Order: sequence, then C-alpha cells, then structure tokens
Amino acid sequence: MKRIVTATVLNRSGVLNRVTGLMTKRQFNIDSITVGRTENDGISKMTFVVNVDSEQQIEQLTKQLNKQIDVIKVSDITDQAIVARELALIKVLSSAQTRSEISGIVEPFRASIIDVSRESITIQVTGDTDKIEAIIDLLRPYGIKELSRTGLTAFLRGSQKQITDLNSYSLLK
Amino acid sequence: MAVKTSVDKTASAEMNGADILIQSLINEGAEIIFGYPGGAVLPIYDALYKNPIKHVLTRHEQGAIHAAEGYARVSGKPGVVIATSGPGVTNLVTGIADAMMDSLPLVIFTGQVAQDVIGTDAFQEADVMGITMPITKYNVQVSDMKELPRLVKEAFHIATTGRPGPVLIDIPKNISQGKAVAHFEPDIHLPGYQPNLTPNYLQIKKLSEALSQADRPVILAGAGVLHAKASYDLTEFAERYQIPVTSTLLGLGSFPADHPLFLGMAGMHGVYAANMALHETDLLINIGARFDDRLTGNLKHFAPRAKVAHIDVDPAEIGKNVNTHIPVVADAKEALVKLLEEDMKTDTDNWRRCLNQYRNDFPLWYNKGEQGLLPQRLIEMVHQYTNGNAIVTTDVGQHQMWAAQYYPFKQPHRWVTSGGLGTMGFGFPAAIGAQLAFPEENVVALIGDGGFQMTLQELSVVKELNLPIKIVILNNEALGMVRQWQETFYEERYSHSIIPVQPDFVKLAESYGIRGIRVINEQEAESVFHETITAKEPVLIDCRIKAGENVYPMIAPGKGHHEMIGVKP
Repeated sequence: MKRIVTATVLNRSGVLNRVTGLMTKRQFNIDSITVGRTENDGISKMTFVVNVDSEQQIEQLTKQLNKQIDVIKVSDITDQAIVARELALIKVLSSAQTRSEISGIVEPFRASIIDVSRESITIQVTGDTDKIEAIIDLLRPYGIKELSRTGLTAFLRGSQKQITDLNSYSLLK
Repeated sequence: MAVKTSVDKTASAEMNGADILIQSLINEGAEIIFGYPGGAVLPIYDALYKNPIKHVLTRHEQGAIHAAEGYARVSGKPGVVIATSGPGVTNLVTGIADAMMDSLPLVIFTGQVAQDVIGTDAFQEADVMGITMPITKYNVQVSDMKELPRLVKEAFHIATTGRPGPVLIDIPKNISQGKAVAHFEPDIHLPGYQPNLTPNYLQIKKLSEALSQADRPVILAGAGVLHAKASYDLTEFAERYQIPVTSTLLGLGSFPADHPLFLGMAGMHGVYAANMALHETDLLINIGARFDDRLTGNLKHFAPRAKVAHIDVDPAEIGKNVNTHIPVVADAKEALVKLLEEDMKTDTDNWRRCLNQYRNDFPLWYNKGEQGLLPQRLIEMVHQYTNGNAIVTTDVGQHQMWAAQYYPFKQPHRWVTSGGLGTMGFGFPAAIGAQLAFPEENVVALIGDGGFQMTLQELSVVKELNLPIKIVILNNEALGMVRQWQETFYEERYSHSIIPVQPDFVKLAESYGIRGIRVINEQEAESVFHETITAKEPVLIDCRIKAGENVYPMIAPGKGHHEMIGVKP
C-alpha cells in the first residue's frame, strides 16, 4: 500500500542523504520524494510517497525517521484530510494538425501549454497523482518525447473532517 | 597559548581551533583520549602536547576505538577517540559500527583535509560523513570554527543520553589550525532530539494489571538495564513479585547470576530453562533488550503464548521484530521505579517449580572426563581464581559463548563483549580500555587465537602502560565457531577454518616484554591461574584447549526455543 509521510527537518547539510540512506538500509521502497524550504528559516519539509507491505512497516519507518537527530517531526498523513499535488512537464510530439486536438485535452485538465516548437509542445499540469496519470494516458497516443514529474507534496487541510469519513479523503490507498 | 582548566569559560581570547577543541573536551569532563596521529590532526596533537589531558597511543586505530568501547562499557562514561583523515577514519569503521549495534557512548573526532580541497580527492581524503552516517547515532562536519564548543557539547549530550551511541565530529585541518574567539558556554540546539525517559502512567498500569493476571511471567533483561544503571531496581522488582529472570548476552550482569530467580542466558546458546521460560511464558517483560535474532530464534515460534511487554528508551525497537502488546517507552530505571510504586499480587510458585525442574534436568554440561584441556573447565577455573569479580572481555565465537555460560557475573558492568556486530579482535583492546577505566580491577581478556591475531599489536600498549591485563587465549588453532557450523551444517567441510600456521604466542609476548606462559592441561592451567591471574603485571597465557569441542546447547538457525539440540550429553 502507498503511504504519504511528511517530515519536518533541520536544513543541515546531508539531511536528505540521512533520510534516504536510512530508507535504503531498512529496505523501504520510495515512490517519490520532494524537499523544499518552509516558512521557517533553517527548516525544510520533505514529503515521501512510500510503498509498504504492512502497518507495522510504516510504523517502523516513521519511528526510524523520528530517531534521526535532524528530523523534528514525522507524520503519516495518508488517512487524514490533506491537499496533495504534484507537477508534471510533458513534451508531446505535435504537428500543426494535432495541435488543436491536444489543446482540447489540455483544457479540461486545467493544464497549460508552456512551450511550442515546430514538432512538439510542452504541457504543464498540476494535480493529484490520478489526474497526472490520466492526462499522461490521454497524451501517450500522440507520442511523449519527454516526461518529468516532481513527485507529490502534501499537507493537512485547514480543518479535519470527522474520523468516520476520512477514507474518502485518502488519495492513495 | 597554554590552555588550563581555569580558563574563563564563557569567552576566550583568540585561540586556535585545536585548543578550542581540547578546552571543550576538558569542559565535558573527558579524562582520557584513545587515538592515533596523522597529517590532518597534527594541530590537534600539537594542542594535546601542551595539555594535561591523558592520551593513549594505540598501535592501530581499530585498537583505539575498541579500547574506547571497553572504557565506555565498564565506566558508563563516553569513550573519546581521535583519528586522522582517510585511512585513519576507515580503520575506525568496524569499531564505530560495533558501538552503534551495542549502544556504547563514544565521541569520535576525525581529521579532514582543509575545506578548500574537500571534494578534490586530496591526499588522505575520504568521505567520512558518507561512510559513517549509517553507523553513527549522529555525525557532523565542522564548517565554522566558532561552532566547535557547541558541537562538542551536543556530541557528548547525544552520545550519552537516551539510547547511547557513537557520535562523530569531522574537523577540517584549516578549522583546527585557524584562530577564533570561542564562547565556552554554548546553548545546545537540538529541536529534533528529545528522548523520552519517563514512562506513560497508563502503560505502567496496563503492565501491572497484566502481571497481576499472569501465571507464568518472565523478565528478559537486556543491556538497557545496564545503561540505565537499573540493576538494583530490577533485582528488587523481580524479588518482590518473584518473577524469574533471564538475560540476553549483553544483559549479563544486570541481574546477579547466583540469584535463585536467575535462569541463565537465553538465546542460541542459552540455558535450556531460560529458553523454555521464554517459550512457555504467558507474560514476557522485556526490559532494554532489542529481540535480536540470536536471542529469539525463529520469530514464528517465539514466545507463542505470551503477552509481550517491552520497556525500551528507543521507541523504534518496540514492535520492530516482535509484536508487542504493552509498549513502554522509557528509561529502564524510571520504568522500574514506577512499577515498584504499583501494588500487585502475583503467585508464581508453580511456574518457578516447573522452571526449577527444567534447570535441574537440563543444566549446562560438558564431557568432564575427557582428555585434554576443556575450554568450559578453563573458564570455570578463571572464574574460581578471580573470585568471580574480574572484568571479562571477549571477542566473538566459541570462547565468547563459553565465557557467557561458565563465567557467572554477580555484578553489573563487568562483562565486555561484542554482541551485535560480533567483532573479532574486539576483546583485547577493549580490555585495555576497561583496565584504564579501573586501574585497580582485575581485567581478563578471554579471546580466541583467531581474534587475537587481528589486534595483537596492542601488546605494545599493555607493556608501555604496564597494564596488569591477563590475556587468556583459548587456542584451538581454528576459527572455532566457523568450524563448528561447518561440522554441523556443512558436512564437516572445514573450509579455511583450521589455521595451519600460527606464531608462538609465548615468544610473541616475550618479544613485547610481557610474560608469556603456555598451558596444555588442567593441572598446569590450575597452577598458572593460581599464581598469575591476580598478579599486578600483564601475563599472556596461551591455553592449548581441546580442538573440536563444540558449544552446546544450541538452537539451530531457523528453529524455535523449544527445538534446542545438545541439551544432554
């Protein structure tokens, strides 16, 4: 099962290395990692999407992360009300004939075309993982030349729903 | 400038980085440094030249770090190590990993090439941060000289609190050489490190309720009891509720071995009664042990009827290997103190009677009538002639298991062994560290002929400091445990486990100026131990033990506690 884990860390040199090294050592399977600065100076936030076999494994992962001296806080937010987004850049083969057709796909996804050349166009799309997967599927028949994804970044919504209907808010399960 | 302990502790005049480092060490109460100089630590060694702090020059960096481990294990104080960049650090790696596995507090300072050449593959450069990251509790490279006092203070704090472990500080040469004004009362800034020592009251309540309901409770004592200095509390708790106690290899000494409630060591070569207690218990109270595979055997068969309570200061250990019903994240001592405040009623008479039966029916055994010097008997004699009061160090392997079985410890902090990592070459240098921590104590290094040849160069240190260590080599001219496994599991194909050539250990000792004696039978051993084992000088005793002797009883790999082999002659 996929789990979304966030970690607040001290922005010290080597901290990403510590965290990924730990995951390699303990044989955790990482789907994606994003890292960036936060509103606080010297503190960064990491979002991991990991693939685990059991509850026990994800518990062990969060505990091991928490044990790191440079890690301040770890949360498994999968089962909570969250906003989660990733960004993808997709370069698609396109001739003058197919360009308007592709525009027709881009629009309902609220994606945008950010570069046009003679043989290709580049599309930028933001959203949850399912949405990104969906647009990639639709664009594939035109021929994807290059694809680059940022990985998921996420945090909790401003207000949390009752525990009972949390499942419907879960993005990846 | 000369640095004295009386220096103004808040702000100094301009000092060089090395002097700042040494002053910080003095402020942390470091008494002794184990180390080896080299290019990148020349400024630090120059500062040591001018300073009152004691430095022990081992003959290999591995010797330095194992000595520091021995020192830390028996004294409870952090062992301090200095090594140079590149090969200096890579020679430390085994010891750092060993200390990490066995939770020993070390603070290690390594030299690094100057900041302007880091990353250029400079002479004696190695990626120390990368190499040691997974085997340290924390490591850091100094980037600003002014941070040195704070980093040293944080290193000692991290190494010694919570679950202890090794901390490494990498110091580029331009930092130890450069000059700065230092402030010696730094504030620690570790927002991500707040070990929880106090147990949750509800969990203590749950544990005491479970204990009241249990018919067959057993305590598994690990090294966590020793690190928390909770032996006395453990004894009181076990006695008050009449709970049988077993121990891990590293937990030996945390509960008096001669106590009627003590079952002996559990695990792969543990006592039958102890392993059966774990198999049949309905409440397993693990205090400061990490359910290592050598203890548990096959997890599928581990404590099948038990409710498991686990007290550990490291939350990541709880539930890691064994499903736990009552987790208690706390320091062993604080948890025991709180448990002793509870009021419970227990009745373990039948259970103890049953375990005593096991104990009487299946005691540890060896073939006493056999020819030659039996290793088990040898260790019994060492125990006898040291009155059971020695500090005993070992490597890993057969001799280690025999020592664990036949040298019962009545007191804590006398047993120094490489448990988790299982390091050959550990025992002898560790004995040096232990002897330096307690110069008046009787220190015996029980080691194999294989392991001794990995770090024997430290005989020089023993001679130089005239440390009255007794080096007892259990010499079977083989890598005994490897040989035993090849005999048992590989149809007697003794692939590279019989050592065809070895030095004359007696002459070797003599060449270092140390008295060497060879013993080949029980009578000789008896008179030699009688005469020398408590002598005030170092002695090496090469004991030619019966080759081919195996360690029993045993849980074969993949088996459970109830499937022990070799429980009877």
